[in-house]
Amino acid sequence: MINKTVKNAQEAVQDVFSNAVLMFGGFGLSGIPENSIQALLGMDINGLTCISNNAGVDDFGIGLMLQKRMVKKMISSYVGENAEFERQLLSGELEVELIPQGTLAERVRAGGAGIPAFFTPAGVGTEVAEGKELREFDDKLYLLERWLKADFAFVKAWKGDTAGNLIYKGTARNFNPMMAAAGKITIAEVEELVPAGELDPNQIHTPGIYVQRIFQGKDYEKRIEQRTVRK
Amino acid sequence: MLTKDQIAQRIAKEVKDGQYINLGIGIPTLVANYIPENLDVVLQSENGLLGIGPFPTEDKVDPDLINAGKQTITMTKGSVLFSSAESFAMIRGGHVQLTILGAMEVSENGDISNWKIPGKMVKGMGGAMDLVASAERIIVAMQHCSKDGQSKLLKSCTLPITGIRCVDMIVSDLAVLEVLPEGGFKLLERAPGISVEEIQAKTEGKLIVEGEIPEMNFAS
Repeated sequence: MINKTVKNAQEAVQDVFSNAVLMFGGFGLSGIPENSIQALLGMDINGLTCISNNAGVDDFGIGLMLQKRMVKKMISSYVGENAEFERQLLSGELEVELIPQGTLAERVRAGGAGIPAFFTPAGVGTEVAEGKELREFDDKLYLLERWLKADFAFVKAWKGDTAGNLIYKGTARNFNPMMAAAGKITIAEVEELVPAGELDPNQIHTPGIYVQRIFQGKDYEKRIEQRTVRK
Repeated sequence: MLTKDQIAQRIAKEVKDGQYINLGIGIPTLVANYIPENLDVVLQSENGLLGIGPFPTEDKVDPDLINAGKQTITMTKGSVLFSSAESFAMIRGGHVQLTILGAMEVSENGDISNWKIPGKMVKGMGGAMDLVASAERIIVAMQHCSKDGQSKLLKSCTLPITGIRCVDMIVSDLAVLEVLPEGGFKLLERAPGISVEEIQAKTEGKLIVEGEIPEMNFAS
């Protein structure tokens, strides 16, 4: 088995460069690559294009990269929880491409799967369709959407092995599996790293072929955005 | 006028046994509280879960288990987890039978606007455009008028569109209306104490009134 293990987040992200295109797994703050984001914050890079369903919150996740002005462009579906994001967007400092969530997921999936474009009904008749090819199939209109790929994809899993195989937990899976496949270099951080052979092959969600580097993460905060409980 | 909970309660009466359902954020989330217990339905969360359960007790809170509104949740028996791509394959593929979501405006031909106020609000569409483009049946929960009294049931939407010709039914704080395929809001029920005249006055789009319009009945 090829060993993909690196020592820590700093070593994993060291060759990320200015103006790179990055993908980040996660939905809200659930399943985000906390350690990699922290390591990126310590680097002197900017002009980044970040592809992520959300943009974190003001003081956590990708929100911290926005505060440091490392990000030139965000490609997301929903950015509601971030005042700094909204400020930079309305003032024109930040370029933003908002795309339907299913289209985002499928564009990333297509990128990893070698499908350059596909037709989807989402966004027909809206501003999302502006400048895009429309075509009718079986009496319904669809629009052409292109794949998304990244120089680096950062994903977070529950368990992983040294071969890069990954297992996610709960709804923290979300965009992580597709992004793992769509990164030229995919960096996986896991809560528990085990030797290859210890994970049940029947249970693996992301095959290690998509992962170039893996490390044992630490100090997970796993912040909850909307703690909602019943009595 | 109906409260938010009453709107949710009325929408719950539209739920049928055996349906897979996606509930949007806000009033639609409340619908889950009113689905009769004798119905077997499965709630889909577009971030990757079929089988949303009740909110957790304090000791069961799990940051790796949230709904599309980022609220902590639990899972029901027989639930299943999957990726966002799989989730939207279900939605786009027409496997989710009922979508309930909120709206800022609906037009008489069934267009919906609920994602953007130019120059003011730029939160994004999330999964709404995918949902409205593909669901078999779409029910909208909304306020009939804006805070300053302007109708939100319009001839055509003034805000950026989320989806075209897709809304099947509206439950507002004043009325239950069907959006006809040929265009127009057909009045089905009135909120208790609200007259047809008031609904007419507060509906800018074409309102169709046929015969006696009953008051909503909240007894099940």
